[in-house]
Amino acid sequence: MAKNNFLGLRQKSSGILASLLCILIGLAIGLVALFIINFQHAWGDGFIRIIQGGFYDFPYGVGKTLTSAAPLIMTGLSVAFAFKTGLFNIGAAGQYTLGAFGALYCALMLGLPWYLCLLAATLFGAVWGAIPGIFKAYLNINEVITSIMFNWIGLYLVNEIVYARGTGAMYDAHNTRTWKLATNAPQALIPSCGMSELFHTNNTTIAIFLAIVVAIVVWVVLDKTTFGYELKAVGLNKNAAKYAGINEKKNIILSMTIAGALAGFGAGLFYLSGGGEWNPLNSTSLPAMGFNGIATALLAGSHPIGTIFSSLFISHITVGGSFLPTKYFPTEIADLISGIIIYLCAFSMLFRGRIEKLLLRDQDKTNVNAEPAKPKKEGV
Amino acid sequence: MLLLIKYTLLYGIVLMLVALGGMFSEHSGVINIALEGIMVIGGLAGVLVVAALPAGTSPAILVALAILVAAAAGMVYALLLAFASIHLKADQTVGGTALNMLATAIAIILAKNFNGSTSAKISYTNKAFLFNIGGLELSVFIPLGLVLLIVSYVVMYKTRFGLRLRACGEHPQAANSVGISVYTMRYCGVLISGLLGGIGGLAYVIPSVQTWNFEVGVAGTGFLALAVMIFGQWKPINIFGAAMFFAVFKSLANIADSTILAQLGWSNNIYNMMPFIASMVILAFTSKNSMAPKAEGIPYDKSSR
Repeated sequence: MAKNNFLGLRQKSSGILASLLCILIGLAIGLVALFIINFQHAWGDGFIRIIQGGFYDFPYGVGKTLTSAAPLIMTGLSVAFAFKTGLFNIGAAGQYTLGAFGALYCALMLGLPWYLCLLAATLFGAVWGAIPGIFKAYLNINEVITSIMFNWIGLYLVNEIVYARGTGAMYDAHNTRTWKLATNAPQALIPSCGMSELFHTNNTTIAIFLAIVVAIVVWVVLDKTTFGYELKAVGLNKNAAKYAGINEKKNIILSMTIAGALAGFGAGLFYLSGGGEWNPLNSTSLPAMGFNGIATALLAGSHPIGTIFSSLFISHITVGGSFLPTKYFPTEIADLISGIIIYLCAFSMLFRGRIEKLLLRDQDKTNVNAEPAKPKKEGV
Repeated sequence: MLLLIKYTLLYGIVLMLVALGGMFSEHSGVINIALEGIMVIGGLAGVLVVAALPAGTSPAILVALAILVAAAAGMVYALLLAFASIHLKADQTVGGTALNMLATAIAIILAKNFNGSTSAKISYTNKAFLFNIGGLELSVFIPLGLVLLIVSYVVMYKTRFGLRLRACGEHPQAANSVGISVYTMRYCGVLISGLLGGIGGLAYVIPSVQTWNFEVGVAGTGFLALAVMIFGQWKPINIFGAAMFFAVFKSLANIADSTILAQLGWSNNIYNMMPFIASMVILAFTSKNSMAPKAEGIPYDKSSR
């Protein structure tokens, strides 16, 4: 990113405007869908509730938003970090799965305190992120393909270990989930520090603050350190970076490892807050948190601080969607809106270009500092 | 044993159809991660047709209509990917991922709306799609799939269109310089992948059960098809072999407990995992000498050299 010069500022504002435009179009299409499904109730019982989000049921709903925003910020950061270094981490879901396993294993089987469980989640995620990095660095295999394969391998692996044909020690056959942390491993719960009482929920913890701190750290590392500069340089042009004396193989692996660690940390935040239990019988879908991370990262233009806001927004409308009266509307309207938003974000560079032209017609500088371009060609 | 053959054929044909779709798209130069979403949309459209038609409809019309609608729906959905990645030069993998997420949401909303309830389960009768050969119950998708396989092979290697399509995936600038419209070719590639993916989605949903819950989508089959395509090295006949190979594992996951293999004590998770591991191994060994289209994933820009 350019420093405090005019170009950088202009780019930032156009980026934010492009994201806002994506959001507006997404909401508009969602509104149309609501009107088609149930014309009478579309506005008051539909659209307004989605916009209100958690505030519809204050303070409980806001607590819910914060609980789900914390892991979402982390998976968003995971994807954003990889984007900044020229990689597409579609594997956040798999890294999140492994992170969840690490956290739950340490909590339920080893009885470790929450900070060690969180560390374990981070490490497990990091390992699962490192694998596509190694495949990419040494065998030149596109990280997207490897990540997709390892998403599913991870899901089946974790399910196998947790379930173990119904005999797994972490598995509560009665609820068909892993044991609840609150009853079986209260030492592993992230401290609430009064947040749960404040929001009348039982799973709002300081996780959201941890996530924000990590986001700031990621921003500092990427934008203010030599290490971050090297990672980004490899993403922008692998060969130029190599020529400049940067070890590009090491940096690719490091980028993916860090991205994996961030996603694993997010899983730790969710499961150690008591946000839910793992269901090892679900072998048909990966955790949505991983894919929603792609949405928040894109919406934030891969900016770590922006990821905080985009994650809060996505959680906000998702919680809003869950408050829709189910007799009129399916709650998946919120997923529809976020899906449309990412689809639009995929070509938001185009919006960005248009907005820039509108903003400053007299400036004819080209946008040289755009997102790191995808590397030109890899063997898949 | 008969059960194993039945499941393998049913599932293998699905994987083959979708992987062939992916192959057409990638040979034109567009990575199609959205296959999973295309399958969901195709499957949903076909099932809705079957469920909505009155009970007295003749089986032939029912089958033809359902397959046509599934194919058309897949093509329309693929058009979204084509538009974003060809005209708007969007990142193909990001666009595809978005379409996958969107597909599940759309499917659940439409299914719930069709039911007028909070359940995304749709019930239908699949009698018209099934027939019997010597005690082996098969679906119409098996002969259809084999025909499409042959057609795909001929189109890809024996026609001018196939040659041009592959040129656009290998070196679009060179293709353009001899007067081939790269945009048109890429649109064709992605649309064919939508057609095959849509039929594949219906073939996945219809034959095995009479009720489908659209909350589970197609359970990662689209991604598995991507693996099949890689395993088959982007060639139709190899894809057929790879699809059957993968389908054996998937079938074992379903029925291993009722056969002699139960003594191994492997759970279905392990069988499910194997095709993915196998394709990673293949990828690792063939990476130096990849058969992947050279220009896939790169938006075509006329002004670049």
